[in-house]
Amino acid sequence: MQGYIYPNEIELQWGLLVVLYPYLTGLVAGAFILASLERVFNVKEVQPTYRLALLTALAFLIVAPLPLQAHLGHPERSYEIFLTPNPRSAMAMFGFVYLWYLAVVLLLELWFDYRRDFVLWSRQAHGLKRWFYYALTLGATDISERSLRFDDTAGRWITIIGIPSAFLLHGYVGFIFGSVKANPWWSSVLMPVVFLFSAIVSGIALVLVIYMITTMVRSKAVDMACLDKLATFLFYAMVIDFSLEMLDFIHRLYESEESISILSQMISSRLFISLIILQILLGTLVPMIALGVLSPALWKGGLIKVTEELRRLSYLGSSVLVLIGIFSIRWNVVIGGQLFSKSLRGLTVYKLDVFGLEGVLVATGLMILPFLLLWGMVRVAPPWADARPQE
Amino acid sequence: MPNSVTPGQGAPENGEQAVDRREFLKEACGLAGPILLGVISLPALAGEVVGQEPQRRLYGMGIDVSKCIGCGRCAAACKIENDVPAEPRYFNTWVERYVIQTDGEVVVDSPNGGIDGFPPTVSEGEIERTFFVPKLCNHCIDAPCVQVCPVGATFITEDGVVLVDQDYCIGCRYCIQACPYGARWMHPEKNVASKCTWCYHRLKRGLVPACVEVCPTGARIFGEVEGRATPLARHLRMNEIQVLKPHLNTKPKVFYAHLDGEVR
Repeated sequence: MQGYIYPNEIELQWGLLVVLYPYLTGLVAGAFILASLERVFNVKEVQPTYRLALLTALAFLIVAPLPLQAHLGHPERSYEIFLTPNPRSAMAMFGFVYLWYLAVVLLLELWFDYRRDFVLWSRQAHGLKRWFYYALTLGATDISERSLRFDDTAGRWITIIGIPSAFLLHGYVGFIFGSVKANPWWSSVLMPVVFLFSAIVSGIALVLVIYMITTMVRSKAVDMACLDKLATFLFYAMVIDFSLEMLDFIHRLYESEESISILSQMISSRLFISLIILQILLGTLVPMIALGVLSPALWKGGLIKVTEELRRLSYLGSSVLVLIGIFSIRWNVVIGGQLFSKSLRGLTVYKLDVFGLEGVLVATGLMILPFLLLWGMVRVAPPWADARPQE
Repeated sequence: MPNSVTPGQGAPENGEQAVDRREFLKEACGLAGPILLGVISLPALAGEVVGQEPQRRLYGMGIDVSKCIGCGRCAAACKIENDVPAEPRYFNTWVERYVIQTDGEVVVDSPNGGIDGFPPTVSEGEIERTFFVPKLCNHCIDAPCVQVCPVGATFITEDGVVLVDQDYCIGCRYCIQACPYGARWMHPEKNVASKCTWCYHRLKRGLVPACVEVCPTGARIFGEVEGRATPLARHLRMNEIQVLKPHLNTKPKVFYAHLDGEVR
């Protein structure tokens, strides 16, 4: 502790679990928006990642509310958010935004996309498996050309509704923080926008990493055109995201409100590693420069031409750095917003536990869980083009 | 210093006698009004009677910073009265000490909320001025904590007191984040948000909050904001009044007199 903090501020209210929540929803929104690119804007190159991105979004969306639920003082009362929501509360809308996104957007889109395959798998399989896939078809087993055309049209419309929904899902998470006027570190109209673009960045990076690793595990050749396109999109999204963050930063510095002194102190001491080193240097500048120079984002074939092998490696490395960088952003927002006193006279510290509900172990478990879910989903409904059943 | 809220000061009346008096007044007005005062003055008289209905009260607190001696009895009494955990990280009310040096340096402290008093001032520079400031929930009219509660577990009573329904709170802590004054805390055993209630259980018995009761210098004044002949009304009338963080537009109902600009 340094300076003066209100006595009730000794205890930090939101810990690692609340850091995870915006990180996970960001990955969901980002992965979905990437999938939508192929569907709505007809970006053929990223087609190999379309289904994978949707399944990734679903796996992470299922896990996203768990850290929230776990950090509640009375998790058994959480259903009250649905039954008696306070219409003035931003947080109360969470349940509805989440359900809309899960049920109306993601599940429906996946179902329309997979329906043909479910029907064929159910026809080709035997025993329990047959019934399992039949259940997934929900009884809609007509795979005539006309009905498949309908699936496609329906899927396209859902995607069109889904893009603003994905924006809503994560922009809204940003709003939960950005609308807290008591906290000068959070209170910013840019917060939802910054959250959204950082979400897109993290989603693309995640799908890129998962695509590369799964392809490697399956001993298949990586589609280089797809990777180049992903890297290009990642670079563009990062440029927008970084510009917005810098705008926020410069705006604060230029306005120099009464909080500026304590916030500067916080950045140069408590947040130095997580903000300056991890978020800006390693999480943004290094991968952005690498992608800008090596990917075809700025120049066809890249500004510096290197072998495919090296390009692949640099994409993978950049994406991993980006994922760490975006996690740091969430950390710096959530934890950073509680490290200084609202008296603007002092700083406190956050002690990270290893054990316990808010500890590193639980958080790590919650980060691994979506990958396990994804693994299960991929087993049930392989997203690869070569795994699609033939009639 | 008021040690109870008398009807004239806007006391909550649940005693039989008080109700009788109100009934009597109502009837007296109804009968005597038209005869003695004429029809025109009747609504005014009737209004005064209605003004003592619970829903028409709006409680507030005045604090005269110049009278606070930093004894911390208010914070101690509050912990006992409201069963607040003893650890020095849970406070409904606390006292801050400000030491402002001639070089502009401001040193603030509140060891154990001021309950054990304050150690002698250790200041590196020359002291320009120093004072104590009692702090507590401001029971804001536009309370951000009430706005953000996802389930509506925290609410404002009809008489203007911000309370938490402990059987309803889900413990998300959003209200604690939303309070600009650091007045809320998470109860370590009940796992719900907790805060100053202005001793609502005492108010309902016609008593003032414990912190007001024990203040030896009368630095805390409690009563109705809108009443005329109350100590709080006098405090508001006779002093230049400030509230904390007015730029946040929360409309606090703790009214400070002689508040220094350095207090946040």
